[in-house]
Parts: sequence; C-alpha cells; structure tokens
Amino acid sequence: MDFPLELFINAVIAGVLLGGFYIAVTVGISISFGMLDIVNIAHPAFIILGCYIAYIVNSTFGLDPILVGILMLPVFYALGAAVYQVYYLSFEKRGQEALRGLAFFFGILFITEVGLILVFGVDYRYVEAPYIGPTIHFAFIDLPYRMLIPCVLSLVMLAVLELFLSRTFIGRAIKAVSQDQGALALMAANPVRIKRIAFGISIATASLAGAFLIIIQPIEPSVGREYIGRVFAIAVLGGLGSLPGTVIGAMLLGIVESITATFYGPSWAPAVAFGFLLLTLAFRPSGLLGR
Amino acid sequence: MRSGLFTFLAIAVAALFFLGLRAVHNEYLFVAGYVVLQFVVLATAWNILGGYCGYVNFGSAAFFALGAYTTVFFHKAYPLPIPLLMALGAVVSGIAGLGMGYLTLRLRGAFFSIATLALAVVLQTLVVNWDYVGGSRGAYVIRPSSLDVFGLAVPYVQYLFVLMLGLVVLAIVTARTIERSRLGFGFATIRDDELAAEASGVPTLRLKLIATTISGALMGMAGAPLPYYIGYLQPSGAFGLEYAVNSIAMPMIGGTASWIGPLVGALLLGTIQEYARVTISSSVNLLIVGGLLVAFVIIAPNGLVGLVTQRLRARE
Repeated sequence: MDFPLELFINAVIAGVLLGGFYIAVTVGISISFGMLDIVNIAHPAFIILGCYIAYIVNSTFGLDPILVGILMLPVFYALGAAVYQVYYLSFEKRGQEALRGLAFFFGILFITEVGLILVFGVDYRYVEAPYIGPTIHFAFIDLPYRMLIPCVLSLVMLAVLELFLSRTFIGRAIKAVSQDQGALALMAANPVRIKRIAFGISIATASLAGAFLIIIQPIEPSVGREYIGRVFAIAVLGGLGSLPGTVIGAMLLGIVESITATFYGPSWAPAVAFGFLLLTLAFRPSGLLGR
Repeated sequence: MRSGLFTFLAIAVAALFFLGLRAVHNEYLFVAGYVVLQFVVLATAWNILGGYCGYVNFGSAAFFALGAYTTVFFHKAYPLPIPLLMALGAVVSGIAGLGMGYLTLRLRGAFFSIATLALAVVLQTLVVNWDYVGGSRGAYVIRPSSLDVFGLAVPYVQYLFVLMLGLVVLAIVTARTIERSRLGFGFATIRDDELAAEASGVPTLRLKLIATTISGALMGMAGAPLPYYIGYLQPSGAFGLEYAVNSIAMPMIGGTASWIGPLVGALLLGTIQEYARVTISSSVNLLIVGGLLVAFVIIAPNGLVGLVTQRLRARE
C-alpha cells in the first residue's frame, strides 16, 4: 500500500489547528501552575463552565459564542480572584498547599462537573454560529472555519498575554513573583495581590477557551477530564511558565494526536497526551524549553 | 497495644460484625456493606501514601481497576479461587505502583499527582482497546449463587463480604504497623520536610517507592473481587471517578494522621452514600462527597479525628 501522503498532510494541518486551540486551553495552566506554583487541576472544569455559559447565552439570545467568551472575561476574572483568595487564606497562609490545596482543587473539579451534570444532564450540547459549517478547500487541503477561527484567536490571545507580561508593571511583577516573592515585596509590590491578579487572569482565559471548545465540538460535563491530561502534558512539555514553550508543546501534541486519530482511530487519542506526559516527566521533567 | 493483640482484636471485631449482620437476615446489608468495606480498604491504602508521606494519588481508580481486570483476565484464561486472584491483583497493582513511583517520585510532589491522573487515563484507554478483556463493551463474569463450605450453602455475596472484611483487617493492621515502625517515622519525615530528611540520610526515594507499592497493592486487592461482585465489568465503571474522589475524600474527612481517620471517614461517607444512592440519586451523592471534601480541607484540616482530639485536649 502506498503511503497516503495527502491524508498525512491533512492530518498534520488538522493537528496544527488543534494545537492552536490547545494553546488557549493551556495558557491558564502555564500561568497558574508554571508561574504561581498553584496546581489548579480544576482548570478544565472552569473551561467547561465557560462552554456552558456560551451555550446558554447562545441558545437563548443567539449571541455569538466567542463574543460571549469575551464578555464573560471580567466575570471569570472575578471568579478566579475569589478562588485564589479562599486558597490563599485556607492553604498558602497556613503552609498546607501541597496536600490539602490539591484536594481542594480536586473537590472543586468534582463539584463543578457533578453540578453541571445535575443541571444539564449528560446530553451533548452545541452552539450555533455561521462559521461552524463551512470549510475552505485549497487543493487537497481542508481548512474548516470552526478549527481555523479558534486557532487564530488563541494565537492572538497568547500574543496579548505575552505583551502584557513583558511590558507592563503588573505583568513583570507576575513574572517576578514566580522567581522570588521576598524580593518582589521589597520592590513595594504585594505578592498576594499580584498572585490574585495573575490567578484571575488564568481563570479568565478559561472563558475564551470554553467558547472555542464548544465551537470545535459538542460538549458534555465530563469532557473536561480528558483535558486535565492534555493541559498538564502541554504545560510540562513546553517548560513550565514559558509561553513560547506552551505554543511548541501545544502544536506538538495537536499534531501527534491528530495523526494517531487518523491512522489508528480516535479511541487511542486520549492515551497519546498522557503517554506524552508520562514520558516527559520521566525523561525531561523541565520541558523542552526548560531551564 | 502490641501488634499481635491488635490483630487479634481486629479479627474479633470483624467476626462479631459479620455474625451481627448475619443475625439480621437481610442480604442487602451484605451487598451494601461490601461497598463500604471496599472503600475502607481504598481509603486506608490511599492514606499510606497520602497521609503518611504527603503524596496525593489521584489515580486510585487505576490501581483498583487493574486489580479488577486482572481477575477478568484470569477468569477468561483459567478460573482461580478469589483469594488467589486477590493476591495476583496485589502483585499487578503493586508493580504498577512501583513503576509509577519510579517514573515520577524524583520530581516535585505535584508532578506525581498529575502523573497518577495520567496513568488512569492511559490504562483506561488500553483496556478500552483490548478486546480480550471485553474492550469498551465490558465483560461478563457469571458467579455461582452460593458456595459450599463444609456442606453448608453460603450465599456468594456473603463469601465476597467475608473476603473484603478480611482485607479490611489486613489493610488496617498493615497501616497501623507501618505507623509505629521505623518505616512510618521515615514516611513522616518525608511528609514534613523532604529536603531535610534527605539531608539527614533518610533514603527518601526508597521509602516512597515502598509506600506506592504497598498502597497500590492494597488497592489492587480491593479491586480483584469486583467483577464477581457486580457480574458485569466495563471500563468506565472500573475506572470510575467515584473511586478516585472517595479514596481522597474519606481520609481527608476522617483525618490523615493515623489509621483511625480513613476507617472513620470511609464508614461514615460510605454509609451516607449507600443511603443516598437508594433514597436520592447517585449523582447527588457524589456532589455530597465533593462538597464535604472542600468544606473539610478548608474548615477542619485535620479531619474528624483532629476535631475530636482537639476537643479532648481543650477539656484537660
């Protein structure tokens, strides 16, 4: 049998588009886990929450899901800041974040998922938007808009965040808090406030990522679990806390997953992310771009 | 209390418990009791790694399911008695725990936790794609309705119940023995300050590997009789998130410092859940567990046992 070159190229392109979307999903973890050292395993649950908000507004008012995602940014920011405040007071301040902080986020993940199941059931939900159906055909290459738009917007989001982190005072303070809290406090910036802002931003990204996710595929509450492995695999693979590393990690995982799904069947795809994660942890725990 | 005496007492309490339930003449008590006992084993096993060493394992369901699928595998190949299957489950899950620990335990604690989550998904995908053990369709394991013991017909559920009760005794005696041995003190140094422990010559990696192996093996043993209990095993059932969340929530709510905490937490939460499952619904009872977990880690970090000892100390 000939090697199906066209199929292979299409799989790679689909993987790049998927990887672009994975950037949006992972960037929140890169900030919270990579920079703040907060192991927020509930992040995918917030993304699913974003999906459902996009779904509710879209199905009742017919608003564009991405617009909903943007409008919800302040709400998610406030939610993130509130969660951090609870986390700080209950665990960081008492120095118990390792064991109980993890259990706390696990509990939040669980409550969100079961809560959504109780309200919406386990039916798959989807949104309506003009760009979900059509596809650009370019020779033998297919570029579906529902993948292309999230991919491009994710890259824009990442660029904005990178600019914010490297150019503004607060952005630099966030980078500093990951390196040396004590020194930051000496520069007259309150580390707790900076971390609260950073965690708020990391949860805010979940609002947009959720809107993208429900554009790409129909959603039910437990979909979030598949993303736990993906986001941590990407964040660790790219080198924790490094946004350019996140792009590389996301693209790599997207391409490998897409090729696996095309040639071996989609039921193997979830194992790819986790396999990647286990291998990275075992052989190169500091990531591809790690220090 | 010396270990021999403790073991004897534990067996006596377990035997009394079993005879007491038999006196009620209600098979449902054994059906529900089996699940609660299974959670006692899972919670105790989780606590050996989580409570004593301070390493959070999110993948309890993976070790548990490994035990269950070991049974399915041997059931198809060559049916063996269940106690033997439990031993095999222990070996398989213990090896998985060792391998898992070896891959990740040299890293920061959080990586271990994330990797355990990953392990659960990888194993589930493997099982879904492995037709011999039923794949995603699941596997049927037909159990006999009763067992012949010295000419007496004992209902099979009671047989499974007794096995699980025995395992509970084994798990608790193991946990208590570890707590009071050099091993337990080693674990405590890892939990409190791993760097300082390493610097003072505690072989931290080796101790952590021992902990993951024991913890994994106990979880595998708890899973081994499961196919015979439910009769039909499918991947999403065996790898259910309820096992992972319960085995974390129960020790956290009971208290992680000693073997009593997981026992109390599991008996309490397990009974509440079995009660809620028949009276309300199974989704709601998971919400209860999640809510209690979050509430307890925030308000009562040392669990119920911690609350009680605090109260006793305040009275003195």
